Amino acid sequence: MLRKLFKFNGGVKPATNKADSTRDPIKPVPMPPQLVVPLHQHVGGTPHPLVAAGEQVLKGQRIGAADGNVSSAVHAPTSGRVLAIEHRVMAHTSGLTTLSVVIEPDGEDRWIDAQPLPWRSMGADELRDEMRDAGVVGLGGAVFPSHLKLKPGKSGTDTLVINGAECEPFITCDDLLMRERAKQIVRGAEIMQHMLQARRVLIGIEDNKPEAVAAMNQAIAARGASTMEAVAIPTRYPAGGAKQLIRVLTGIEVPHGHRSTDYGVQCFNTGTAYAIADVVDRGRPLISRIVTVAGNVERPGNYEVLFGTPMDHVAALAGVKADTDRFIMGGPMMGFRMPAYDVPVVKATNCILVGSEALFPAPAPEMACIRCGECARACPADLQPFELYWHSRAKNFGKAQEYHLFDCIECGCCAYVCPSHIPLVDYYRFSKSEIWARERQKDAADLARERFELRNERIEREKREKAEKLAAKTAAGRAAATADNAPAPSAEPAAASSDDSKKALIAAAMARAKAQRESAAAQPTLAPNNNIAPATPTATSAEEAPSASSTEKPL
Amino acid sequence: MSLNSPYLRKPTSVTRVMGEVLLALLPGIAAYVWFFGIGILVQLALATVAALLAEAAFLMLRGRPVTRSLSDLSAVVTAWLIALAFPSIGPWWLVTAGTIFAIIVAKHLYGGLGQNPFNPAMVAYAIMIVAFPALMSQWPGAGRLDAATQLDLILGGARKIDAITSATPLDALRTGLRTEGNTVAALLQGEGFGLFAGHGWEWVAVGFLAGGAYLLARRIITWHIPVAFLGVLGLLSAGGAWASPLNFPGPVFSLFSGAAMLGAFFILTDPVSGATTPRGKLIYAAGAALITWIIRQFGAFPDGVAFATLLMNLCVPLIDMKTQPPVFGHKTKD
Repeated sequence: MLRKLFKFNGGVKPATNKADSTRDPIKPVPMPPQLVVPLHQHVGGTPHPLVAAGEQVLKGQRIGAADGNVSSAVHAPTSGRVLAIEHRVMAHTSGLTTLSVVIEPDGEDRWIDAQPLPWRSMGADELRDEMRDAGVVGLGGAVFPSHLKLKPGKSGTDTLVINGAECEPFITCDDLLMRERAKQIVRGAEIMQHMLQARRVLIGIEDNKPEAVAAMNQAIAARGASTMEAVAIPTRYPAGGAKQLIRVLTGIEVPHGHRSTDYGVQCFNTGTAYAIADVVDRGRPLISRIVTVAGNVERPGNYEVLFGTPMDHVAALAGVKADTDRFIMGGPMMGFRMPAYDVPVVKATNCILVGSEALFPAPAPEMACIRCGECARACPADLQPFELYWHSRAKNFGKAQEYHLFDCIECGCCAYVCPSHIPLVDYYRFSKSEIWARERQKDAADLARERFELRNERIEREKREKAEKLAAKTAAGRAAATADNAPAPSAEPAAASSDDSKKALIAAAMARAKAQRESAAAQPTLAPNNNIAPATPTATSAEEAPSASSTEKPL
Repeated sequence: MSLNSPYLRKPTSVTRVMGEVLLALLPGIAAYVWFFGIGILVQLALATVAALLAEAAFLMLRGRPVTRSLSDLSAVVTAWLIALAFPSIGPWWLVTAGTIFAIIVAKHLYGGLGQNPFNPAMVAYAIMIVAFPALMSQWPGAGRLDAATQLDLILGGARKIDAITSATPLDALRTGLRTEGNTVAALLQGEGFGLFAGHGWEWVAVGFLAGGAYLLARRIITWHIPVAFLGVLGLLSAGGAWASPLNFPGPVFSLFSGAAMLGAFFILTDPVSGATTPRGKLIYAAGAALITWIIRQFGAFPDGVAFATLLMNLCVPLIDMKTQPPVFGHKTKD
């Protein structure tokens, strides 16, 4: 089958380093003494804990419920006792903590009563809710809740793309999954095709994985899936970027800020397809994934790892070498250095890349940019990275945005080829976070200004209302007085009424004075408030920044 | 330890890029030595030493890491281009002063490597040809000066120049056309002219062409600038020769004379001062070709590449800004 493939510009060809970790089949991991399952493992809202410390849980039991629709559930990876629900260091460079469920396995690994889903007879929304409650998120690394993507686009879905490109060096988890469990991937793809009402399914696999292509083709043939096809695509990083893969397979370029569904295409990782088959056919939620352990280890390989397993527990099986100085989650091009060795494996962990100074030496000192344009030739987003660099360096963020800073996917190709060894991506990350911070600050300032204006308005209104009430009261008093005075039948009531009107006059004077005092008091406090306004939101935004950086940015 | 990804880096460096450029200059230099003697080697040495000393001094003054920046070889590339652009029998101080001026004024006063808006070598050439027009116009004839004479001319004192030097082919042609009323065809038969351009010089140009091909093959430069420059210069010359064959030399002569080849592959392609976008490079090089041709045909200077480069350097920010390539997904206006 010869299919016309398209090209994306740029890209690089670093040594793939994939052979070593593909020799052995996927291996199991002995149960660790403790599992630390973060509640927040995906893009979107943090799930609410459904269990309490001391409670017994079963394998696959939901321990965190999706917070709204843009969220996903979390499950107990094994049976055991909940030791605590507390903040633990998360699998993120920042070293920040996140609310996690700590489970002590009881060794029995007892499943919940899992039933296959009658998915063909289920409504689309019902099936999506099942996916959400089964914790299915994109396993390619973006961990976006899958149920949100399993909706046909406005003009329908033409092509479902299954991403088996796996372009990052060292990572082979999708490769092994396709080789060993192609049948379930095809099954999952079929379910997704049904949910999306997609005309065809294209499984894109880099041509350095011929075994995976063969296995997938075999599974497709065995299944008799006539609208499904495994396509070998040229090996070139970042062919596995969703937009790059869509471009290669369909020729469609999805612009930044647009959804691929608007163009009739939807893209999922092979691991996600596998997970969906597990949910539907066995009723089993997502509690584990395949993780590559590679880099500075004796025996690189792939493991089926329960979420919450400490990374060092898994890496030890591969034989971590003595000079190791870091764990990187993900590949060498886009991965993140972990703040500790024992952070838990989460849904986003496709690879534990064990690093050392010898394997990933620090780049040579940064030199001046000579505008050679290597970066522009390598950029798969067709950006001019050196222009972004100049503007980022000058903190000229407006200009950086004009040069499409936010189209940058941080694939690292530019920094990889730069002869001046400039950490270009760091400059873009810096610019982006500065822009986000400023926007947050501006939003906060706007909010403060709005509050201030509302308060002024309220005070004005109260003053006005008081004065009106008072005027009405005095007018009524006067009217009563004149009415009493006119006939003047007796002195007694007249004296009494004049007393009343006097009282009213005094009260009015007092109210006026009070109103004046109030407005006088309000003015000086409001003025400094106005000055403080920008400062207060800065403090709040600084507090919010870390959590925002982990949750809001990917959206 | 590098903190952030990517953790992989391609084994490349500014030193390697500049080294490849120097390597690519060698065939042209070899032809130069073969036809015109060792004068050029002396000039190259003088310029290199002057450039490195001036660079070191200014790096120190600016508090920059000296050895690291010196070893990027960018000063050496500037020095070699100056030596090749200057007459190889000029006095020692001519090339030295030009080089020092290029490094200090045209490079470091603008902020050093990567910051200079003008090509430093061409700044040096422009300054010197304005300041010392006579000295900058005395070139060796092919095979006419032995090593001792050349050394004497470069390092010695008094210059009995008119008897032993000659004008460049471009100059000879211009003078012949304007003052002697000759035709192009008649002049090209004369002494100093070779197979298809200046005697000797044509092979130097072939050497630079070969070096340029090497740079293209090694992906140090892209095809845009050389193709646009040589293409437009060739077209203009062909047009001139077609319209008035008596007064305009044809495209082959134009392309293999003067600094056309050096300019196309080594000077205009300077990434720091040149245009960077693909379309921008085409415009930049085409503009340079047009200015070069106009100066050569109607101007007062022997060659136009230097001034064309500097004038187009001025336009680079505008050209780059107006020729930004469409970003992924933005190719069709939505």
